Amino acid sequence: MTTPTDTPAAPAAPKPTRIAPIVTLDAKSFWEAADQEKFIGQKCGDCGLFTFPPRPMCPKCFSLKREDVELSGKGTVHAWTIPRHPHPFGFRESPIVAVIQLEEGTRIVSNVVGVAYDQIQQDMAVEVAFEPTMNNHKVPVFKPAAK
Amino acid sequence: MARTFTEAAIAGIGQTEFSKASGRSELQLAAECAKAACDDAGISPHDIDGMITFTIDNSDEVNLARCLGVKDLAYTTRIPGGGAAAAATIYQAMAMVNAGLCNNVLIWRAMNERSQYRFGQNPQAQQMSYQSGNGTGSLLWCVPYGAMTPASWGALQAQRYMHKYGVTNRDLGYIAVQQRQYAANNPNAWFYGKPITLEDHQNSKWIQEPWLRLLDCCQESDGGVAILVTSLERARDLKQKPVRILGATQSIPYNVEVISNYYHDDLTVMPEAQGVAKRLWKQTGLRPSDMQAAMIYDAFTPHVLLQLEAFGFCKPGEAAGFVKSGGMALDGALPTNTHGGLTGEAYIHGMNSMAEGVRQIRGTSPNQVQRVQNVLVSSGMAGAILAKD
Repeated sequence: MTTPTDTPAAPAAPKPTRIAPIVTLDAKSFWEAADQEKFIGQKCGDCGLFTFPPRPMCPKCFSLKREDVELSGKGTVHAWTIPRHPHPFGFRESPIVAVIQLEEGTRIVSNVVGVAYDQIQQDMAVEVAFEPTMNNHKVPVFKPAAK
Repeated sequence: MARTFTEAAIAGIGQTEFSKASGRSELQLAAECAKAACDDAGISPHDIDGMITFTIDNSDEVNLARCLGVKDLAYTTRIPGGGAAAAATIYQAMAMVNAGLCNNVLIWRAMNERSQYRFGQNPQAQQMSYQSGNGTGSLLWCVPYGAMTPASWGALQAQRYMHKYGVTNRDLGYIAVQQRQYAANNPNAWFYGKPITLEDHQNSKWIQEPWLRLLDCCQESDGGVAILVTSLERARDLKQKPVRILGATQSIPYNVEVISNYYHDDLTVMPEAQGVAKRLWKQTGLRPSDMQAAMIYDAFTPHVLLQLEAFGFCKPGEAAGFVKSGGMALDGALPTNTHGGLTGEAYIHGMNSMAEGVRQIRGTSPNQVQRVQNVLVSSGMAGAILAKD
């Protein structure tokens, strides 16, 4: 049974303004998994090599058997910058853009969120989170790792 | 031309004015600089039989050939990777002449990159889109994260190097100041007569905080540059002193890509430039100390440091100190980007730096190095050694 209340309904969350990724056929499963808040990586079905960016053939054994496996989502900040000018489209405040070194050995460009500009540190430990984009998609971002 | 090995040389260079609004089509810029290169060499444009440009150039070979009245084109090719193609055009022209396939190879790059579209803007508002071969792979994996411009990709590529060796933005300022000093003395440079101080550099706005300021970034320019490559033998009979292409090569090591170059093993080095260096020194039997000047692709200042180290002019981590102590100056160990570079002269996608390499060998640079025998020209993924005949 619901109870009437005087508190107004929470305002609708603002519409996401982050640009959605360009999705190519070879990277489709990666972005579709991100929409489901799953952070996956490509692993060779024959030799087990992790690769990024996604590709149809394993560069080590040339296998076409690619497996999409869930990654730990843990990594470190390998390189970073704060884009100031021109102001990045779709961001209210400049994001921290970073190359994340993932536990599985591959790297990915992403954002570090939940960290003040003066708190970002080289090689700091981060873990995956997700943020919405325009057109109802989601992209993996990284926040400071839980202690 | 017989199909025997034929030595190649640069016989002509040509360019339009460098501006922010050319007021004419890119095809016209291409035609004007191509004609200027042919005039410089003393050959008729009708006799061009090979044409090379960048995949990203908007002018069509046939349309340009129609302007120039090219009678019978024997070879056309385009090179991928944005500005990385600059020195690779010389490489391919050399190979075409070496193989006895062409007599007169025209290289061109012409663009209204400031007035018609801008590489330095968010991709939302411009024509730039993902196309294979155009060095736009960064759009796939960077744009949703707010890394939307070449400066953002370049900063991310250079940051770990800067962190490892403690290179500060102020250190980069010495490159900017030196190049602007060269540009200030170069009547063709956009920044002719406009030198800067280190304080000007430090007062310019952040583009990528805390790594790149405005004065660390190449310009956005309109203009065209063309180079005419022929056989050394034929060049000797033409108008200018021949500029020999002693060696030239390209190198794209595994997992390396243009500018959004984050996937190879060690982000504190530039493996593509190391690969170019290794092949160039082997091809020519020369060493860094045999170069009297260098033109090094400087879309952003830190990439000059990475290339100075890759080519062996400095040990790892020592390039910033080399520059600070005047290493790039006319009286330094390696006068570098003596036209003012892409920051000081103009950004014609590196081709204006190739032309400056030619001028140094001819002895016609506005900032002429004394007693030049060999000049290195590098666009990161490709390089060439130009030499006196």
